Amino acid sequence: MPDTAIELRGLTRRFGERTALKDVSLRLERGKTLAVLGRNGAGKSTLLRILSTLLRPHEGDITVLGESLPRRAFAVRSRVGLLGHEPLLYRDLTGRENLSYHARLYGAPTARVDQLLATVQMGARADDPVRTLSRGMVQRVAVCRAVLHEPELLLLDEPRANLDPGATELVEQLIGRGNGRTRVLTSHDPEAAIEEADLVLGLRDGRGLFVGTPAEAGGRLQELYR
Amino acid sequence: MRAALTVLRKDLTLELRTFETVPAMALFSLTTFVIFHFGLDRSTVSGQLAAGVLTVTLLFAALLGAGRLFVAEREQGGFDAFLLAPVDRNAMLIAKAAALFIFLAVLELVAVPAFALLLLGPPLWPRLLGLIAVLALADLGIAVIGTLTSAIAIHTRARDLIGPIVGLPLLIPALIATARAAGPLLQAHSSGSPPGKWLAVLALYDCVFGLVAYAVFDFLLQE
Amino acid sequence: MTSYGKGLRALTLSTVATVTVALALVFFYAPLDADQGFVQKIFYLHVPLAIVSLCGFVLGGLLAIGHLRTGDRKWDLRSYVAIHMALIFGIGGLITGSIWAKASWGHWWVWNEPTLVSFLIVLLLFATYQPLRFSIEDPERQARYASVFAIVAGAFVPLNFIAVRLAQQFVHPRILTLGGGNLPGSMRLTFIVSLIGIALLYATLWKYEMAAKSARMQARRLRRSLLGGDAVRPLGRSAAPS
Repeated sequence: MPDTAIELRGLTRRFGERTALKDVSLRLERGKTLAVLGRNGAGKSTLLRILSTLLRPHEGDITVLGESLPRRAFAVRSRVGLLGHEPLLYRDLTGRENLSYHARLYGAPTARVDQLLATVQMGARADDPVRTLSRGMVQRVAVCRAVLHEPELLLLDEPRANLDPGATELVEQLIGRGNGRTRVLTSHDPEAAIEEADLVLGLRDGRGLFVGTPAEAGGRLQELYR
Repeated sequence: MRAALTVLRKDLTLELRTFETVPAMALFSLTTFVIFHFGLDRSTVSGQLAAGVLTVTLLFAALLGAGRLFVAEREQGGFDAFLLAPVDRNAMLIAKAAALFIFLAVLELVAVPAFALLLLGPPLWPRLLGLIAVLALADLGIAVIGTLTSAIAIHTRARDLIGPIVGLPLLIPALIATARAAGPLLQAHSSGSPPGKWLAVLALYDCVFGLVAYAVFDFLLQE
Repeated sequence: MTSYGKGLRALTLSTVATVTVALALVFFYAPLDADQGFVQKIFYLHVPLAIVSLCGFVLGGLLAIGHLRTGDRKWDLRSYVAIHMALIFGIGGLITGSIWAKASWGHWWVWNEPTLVSFLIVLLLFATYQPLRFSIEDPERQARYASVFAIVAGAFVPLNFIAVRLAQQFVHPRILTLGGGNLPGSMRLTFIVSLIGIALLYATLWKYEMAAKSARMQARRLRRSLLGGDAVRPLGRSAAPS
């Protein structure tokens, strides 16, 4: 179905004998935002990594942007962007060099690099090695990296962590709700996450405790974080 | 191919900026020559002995360099960055092997003249072209195996140990061929052209392991 | 789940039978070598051990290809056991080769015998297989990396043999041979029976270890699914597939 961005049925992923995700199912429409909530170790990051094709599922059917994973992973990569815990930037290269590297890997026009750097107001420090930048600045460059290739699906693992307060707005235009982009985000602040979500998945020890609207989710938060 | 060039360019930029790997390899080689002088108690070496000293020194310097190949990828998220991109995973194998080959070539620009200065008996110049041919083929094989074993080792707990203990036996045929090809070259009276038999063995080695590496590399990056 | 116990009795019996016949042939039928005397008979143990060991390593590589192509971890178990056994047989081959060298040449080790030397190198390589496995904690990654290693090492065996052989050519004559390579009929028969016996022994031991390991894995899996994850203690680090 062209309207479905993500469809999961019975998604399971193990690490050795530990099951990180067990039988997770949901359906997310295009242009909507999914909030994934849960305690540390509930499987939020694992889920995002699977959606980004970095990890392969062990069981279950998973369709992202109409492509079945892991078989069609290659086709999906250029259309998905991941902003994880790590900025994925080489510390001895400058911000600009890092972004140019990614642009070339994705086949994106290098003009985008300057454009994005300007949007997050990193133009002045773009030619300093990343190891000289503050955490907030690094996160801004990381956001640029994630959206460089104009992905249809954005996977955001605690995107506002490490950002300086002023930067949050700058970054909002790149990863925020507008633009008709489909987004999956995790957050340590469940109330804030629910605010910007259309669908909420609550994970507990790898299992989907509930999938529902923000209103329904609000009532079950207690259970989730017990 | 474009992806391989992109990764290679990034690695060369990083090396030029930090000078982490090649100077260390060069220094290591020079020190090793000094150790050989004392260990063998010789002021000059020629023929097969010279070939052995040179080959072993280059081999160990190569292992040193290979050990650094994937460290940035592992510690700074380079693997994830690469794996997210819509590129053929073998591009990383090609890029890293090319980088190691280039590092070895630069190393030899320093180490071979140093060897000629410090230890080699016969003059280097008439043998230089032959030696370059031998080293070029050898470096190709060392680059492939070095990249492969380094990629295996980087995800293990004892990465500085696993790389060399797996890599060294694998490199023995290349070592044999290199030393045997260079031996007649470095003799006092030599024709200046290395024995074809051993160049052929090196070429075979490079082809076989090049193909094997190409076939299996993807499985090392997958999760 | 394949049962490795099937046909195990028949295999064991035929192994015992063949090995007994081989021993009888070695001691009572095969002629005494004029030059080397009684000790030459160790040839009937050394060469089959070496051949079976090398075949075992190559087999390990082939089984590893099966693992990477299907993603099914039972191929990795098969590959692991094959290599494990081949290493043991190989060490046996090396020791018997050394004894033979001492008896016929006076030295415990000879560099002039290319087969022995390339064998040593192969063993040095495969000796790193278990440390490699042990140093990777995630079982899936461990299996995958071990398979990559097995394939690379399997490709290495013939190349190594060629290189070492060429290096010794024209320098020294082979010493661990028997009268120029052509075996007289009685020796040939004894040799072939010994070879078959050792090969059957390898196959039997492989099956035994496979049966033991896969039964253990199955038991664990059953306990885990019947009694829940908490009933089964975590394995901890291990070099063997799990």
